[in-house]
Amino acid sequence: MEVPILKQGHYLIASIQSALTDADLMQLRESLVARVGKFRARGVIVDVTALDVMDSFAVRTLRDITHMARLRGAETVIVGIQPEVAFAMVQLGLTLKGVATALDLEEGLAFLDTQARERIDRA
Amino acid sequence: MSTPKDRNPSSQPPTAEETAGLLRELVSHLRQNRTQLREEWARRITRAQLLTAMTEEEIFAEATSVYDNYVEALETGTFEALQAYARNLSERIIPRGVETHEVVGIVLLLRDVLARSLFAKYHEDFNKLNRILDAYEPAANRIANTVAVGFVQERERVIRQQQEAIRELSTPVLQVRERLLILPIIGVIDPQRARQLTEQLLRAIRTNRAKVVVIDITGVAAMDSNVANHLVQTVEASRLLGATVIVTGLSPEIAQTLVTIGVDLSEMATVGDLQGGIEEAERLLGYKVLELAAPPAPKNN
Repeated sequence: MEVPILKQGHYLIASIQSALTDADLMQLRESLVARVGKFRARGVIVDVTALDVMDSFAVRTLRDITHMARLRGAETVIVGIQPEVAFAMVQLGLTLKGVATALDLEEGLAFLDTQARERIDRA
Repeated sequence: MSTPKDRNPSSQPPTAEETAGLLRELVSHLRQNRTQLREEWARRITRAQLLTAMTEEEIFAEATSVYDNYVEALETGTFEALQAYARNLSERIIPRGVETHEVVGIVLLLRDVLARSLFAKYHEDFNKLNRILDAYEPAANRIANTVAVGFVQERERVIRQQQEAIRELSTPVLQVRERLLILPIIGVIDPQRARQLTEQLLRAIRTNRAKVVVIDITGVAAMDSNVANHLVQTVEASRLLGATVIVTGLSPEIAQTLVTIGVDLSEMATVGDLQGGIEEAERLLGYKVLELAAPPAPKNN
């Protein structure tokens, strides 16, 4: 199932609605990275609230998305990881190092706003 | 070991039919002498100083229902009703401090009282007495077993429940400011408790929408590598939910242990004490605490 990607201001929001196959995940990665350039997005939010399982491939794909989007000029934040999923992930050693995370969509947007402000302050 | 023949005249085990007949006879005997046997039993309970937590009237009332249930179990050969009654009775008497030996004691006393009445009744017909006892003993044993097991099970259930309650109480997650939680840990952390701690913390992070959590381990006396790794996992899991964790109050001993066993705590933010941790958390959240020049004078209404 294809993941809908919404554009909201300078940000892209990908909201995962159901369990994804590896092929779906790869497709999500391709289209997100492509759209970061197309819409000149400054931030990407991947919402995983609906996922109750997160395997190593999914975690690696999320990390890849983050790194690739960063190379194309957008910060990525993963939002909505469930407590049980988070616990299972750390037990498997899947800790998403170097990837920003936030509680939910609202927090994710706030995080990206703060990042943008800091970038402006630096400039 | 062989038993002398004369002590066991009924050399053939009684048939099921015969047992049923004997039990019927036994039950009607017990029904007939209900009042007298019940009183005798209650008297013996008082004399043996069992069930001291209960008044004499209570003992008599309970004795009556135990007696009736006992006779019914003998009659029907089914133990469900007795089991349910034993559980119910245990539920009532455990909070009053009745001990296991007392419960076992009173059931054995009843057994004794009934056996004596059988001796008195059949003392002239030794053969008959033996056969009656053959029928009575297995059933009586099972009844004693059922009641004792019911009591112990109920006790264990209560203990489990209390353990659960203590565990819940021992890990409070408190909100000290908007979006700031503290989790003071006191006592020994075993793997089970560590796991529960993490689960509770993660749930609290979500419900309170916390951004920063201060875990204070001043009250933890010792820590091994398992617990340390679990702490690291808790920190990482919290980060996945978007919360930063600050660990405070590592004692010199724990610091030394962690360095010696080589647990990697580089990913963890640590601050000396709880106060420092809360100040750091406030800084992260953008709070600023201002000291007023003088405390405001209390208003007189």
